[in-house]
Amino acid sequence: MSIFGKSIVELIRLVQEKEISRKELFDYFKRRITKYNPNLNAFLTLAEYQEDTNHGELLGIPLAIKDNFCTKGIRTTASSKVLDNFIPPYESTVTQKLLNQGASILGKTNMDAWAHGNSTETSDYGPTKNPWNTDRSPGGSSGGSAAAISAYLSPAAIGSETAGSIRQPASWCGTVGIKPTYGRVSRYGVIAMGSSLDSPGPLTLTVEDAAFLLKVLAGNDPYDATSSDIPVQDYPSIMTQKKKFTIGFSDEYFDGVNEEIKAKIMEALDVFRRLGHKTKKIKLIPPKYAISVYTILQRAEVSSNLARYDGIRFGNDRRSFGEEAKRRLMFGAYTLSYGYYDAYYKKAQKVRTLIVEDFKRVFSEVDVIVAPTCPITALKLGEFKKYPFFGEIMDVLNEPGAVAGLPAINIPVGLDSVNLPIGLQIMGNYFDEGSILNLAHQFEKETEFFGIIKKGLEKYKDE
Amino acid sequence: MNNEDSYIPFIGLEIHIELKTKSKMFCQCSANYFAKAPNSHVCPVCLGMPGALPVPNKQAFEWTMLVGKALNCTINGTSKFDRKHYFYPDLAKGYQISQYDEPFAVNGKVRMQKAEYGIQRVHLEEDTGKLTHSGENTLIDFNRSGVPLVEIVTEPDFHNSDEVKRFLEELQVIIRYLGVSNADMEKGSMRLEPNISLKVKSQKSSFDALRMILSKAEVSKVKSDELPKYKVEIKNINSFKFVKQAIEYEIIRQAEILRKGETPKQETRGFSESKQATYSQRSKEYAHDYRYFPEPDIPPMRFSKQEIEKIAEKVPELPSQKVQRYTEQLKIKLQDALIISKSRATAEYFDAVVKLMPQNAQNVANLIIHKRIKTDVPPEEFAKTARELSTPILTDMTILSEKIIQVIQSNPKVVEDYKSGKHNAIMYLVGLLMREMKGKADAKTVRQELEKAIKT
Repeated sequence: MSIFGKSIVELIRLVQEKEISRKELFDYFKRRITKYNPNLNAFLTLAEYQEDTNHGELLGIPLAIKDNFCTKGIRTTASSKVLDNFIPPYESTVTQKLLNQGASILGKTNMDAWAHGNSTETSDYGPTKNPWNTDRSPGGSSGGSAAAISAYLSPAAIGSETAGSIRQPASWCGTVGIKPTYGRVSRYGVIAMGSSLDSPGPLTLTVEDAAFLLKVLAGNDPYDATSSDIPVQDYPSIMTQKKKFTIGFSDEYFDGVNEEIKAKIMEALDVFRRLGHKTKKIKLIPPKYAISVYTILQRAEVSSNLARYDGIRFGNDRRSFGEEAKRRLMFGAYTLSYGYYDAYYKKAQKVRTLIVEDFKRVFSEVDVIVAPTCPITALKLGEFKKYPFFGEIMDVLNEPGAVAGLPAINIPVGLDSVNLPIGLQIMGNYFDEGSILNLAHQFEKETEFFGIIKKGLEKYKDE
Repeated sequence: MNNEDSYIPFIGLEIHIELKTKSKMFCQCSANYFAKAPNSHVCPVCLGMPGALPVPNKQAFEWTMLVGKALNCTINGTSKFDRKHYFYPDLAKGYQISQYDEPFAVNGKVRMQKAEYGIQRVHLEEDTGKLTHSGENTLIDFNRSGVPLVEIVTEPDFHNSDEVKRFLEELQVIIRYLGVSNADMEKGSMRLEPNISLKVKSQKSSFDALRMILSKAEVSKVKSDELPKYKVEIKNINSFKFVKQAIEYEIIRQAEILRKGETPKQETRGFSESKQATYSQRSKEYAHDYRYFPEPDIPPMRFSKQEIEKIAEKVPELPSQKVQRYTEQLKIKLQDALIISKSRATAEYFDAVVKLMPQNAQNVANLIIHKRIKTDVPPEEFAKTARELSTPILTDMTILSEKIIQVIQSNPKVVEDYKSGKHNAIMYLVGLLMREMKGKADAKTVRQELEKAIKT
């Protein structure tokens, strides 16, 4: 029986019908990791198989977890040498919820160190390679998670996004990735980057898998004061409802975007129209303003969140911080200093409010907003060094939504001329992940993503 | 102008009080850390582990507002936490969760006798771990890390060490009345940091003259202009006596510097109990060195008018109010009123007994203060015993006359002594008679009758 390329929903059925055991499934992926990971460097740490008595919706499903989620007893480094020897004494809420449903952890995936970056190249453990083209970056910071599933080293993966860190690697690796509303999924146990922005979410091969995993992860957490108690939608059932949306798109989100990408997004809009949805041109604050806001807020929070890594209670001392982390620490400390706080942090918060209001206004006119996820497709490894604000530039189209705390999903909509995936994002209103999953699913059913996901997997087929 | 009297001290206080909530400020660990094995009350949150998040203790909010109300503060309808950054090994996260520009309570005052002391703010923060230095090593115990800590900041309204001591004693009693902390100095649940600076006296009097003609806002403006341009803070003093000593030492030290025409350094000093002297520790940080910014892990808090009113209703009658009521309404001696009101339990017991026998408040006070009747019985029982004690004892006059004759006859020497002017001698005879009467006689009557008999 072939397991290769199956979605988690399909695998769950196989386990339930006892076509395959939990252990066999775990070993299958472990064999694949052993084979492909030395080249791709998607995983940093592999977990041992654990017999488990938990029976739930994810029984037997092995998952790849980004290395910034604390996993009890499994080394967690956030790809930084500072935490080279850190074995968490506790479990993050996200991984606990997965384990409670009978899932198992395959291993921990590579990322930009502390999630600082957008190429997985700031990792202290070497870059992850894009399975589509190993000279290319998989994007980041959840690059290891995106690469792991696009080479089918794991049937699905958990990532986290501050601004783009799920959507952009999903886009560059040609997978589905959803960044939920801020506060929808608990941050407890996620090594903090920008605390007012961090949103954990799944990367998957199908929209159905994303809906299924998000339903497991979402909900109020007594250990996270910023998690919302708004009831969680039943994503898998909302996803299949026959819905017609008014889809907004804004010229500001096509500024500076590669022509091939523009064209594919326009084609996708045609697909949406064909499916009976209305499209509407909207006006939004140009995304470039979000870059400043995001950069200031995120670095201020970074400079504070990294203060605990003094090597006294765990981990190595500050000498182990890499260059990017040091840069961000200094930048953040500077913007919070006397005389600069009002000019930077406070002003950024004010603009953030304007961006929120701008989106709220638009969401009174449209149900969802469609835009490219990234202005370009996967860059060659090493390119990022040319740009000191590489991450911010790559994520220009993800930052406004992130700063506002909105949910958004990336789906593959085409390949460029050098066979690299192009991603489209659907942004939704607060806590309305249901609508973006529904629209993404309609697109998937209609187009099967033009065979992109299958094509990506081909190179990594079992012999 | 060559002595300390030429200067007016301006003294403000920062008081830290550990709340006795069951759990810590931001996690489920027990807050009762006293004498517990080191690092036995810890979890990922209070150890500042990667990914751990603070979830605030709502009980601590309420108690902080209660303290604010008891100090006549305005309770803010919106409040938030901020991160205060500094590096120290006992500070697990590299920042302390505190409150910067939106504390729970502001602008209070405490009236004592004729003086009034301004309370600038009352805010909530978390305590740090505790360092112990042993030889070359420093040990850290994180049991205290994250215990809720209320900080009370006064205006620099104190001008001598006695005022400060009296205020602190009053504050301690208030806190204990509220039941939010034991405010125990030895156990560190109440910690004191006075800040002191001196101003040449003539300037103070010009300010006093201005005070008469300016509005309150103008006064505070002038006041801050008038305040000395430096401030010396003395850290973590753990007894009222030491606060007094430290302030007195500082006043002399700073006066000496000022007399030389210099300005004392703005700094933080420690206090050596053995030397009874302060010593320099470090130059004092200004608020902006801490890179405060709003704590993103805790959403801002809002409190409705009703919620605030509900908390205000929980403020009990405070000691100063009790003293006033006792002396004015119950006509109790001031000294006794102060003693009774010092503990809320005693005062409430007193109130309960007085309710049962309203005519005898001073008598009840005497009985309680002199421990004539135990107070571990229900107030009803106390009142019953008190009534018995104060009921006049009926004296059998026939038996008494017989006994008086017997006593006079068998103690001629004592009777002679009395007659020759040793008035105290009669007490001996009264004692004998009381014994003969087996206590069934009123001592006053016995004395009167005895004196009559001797004289005739």
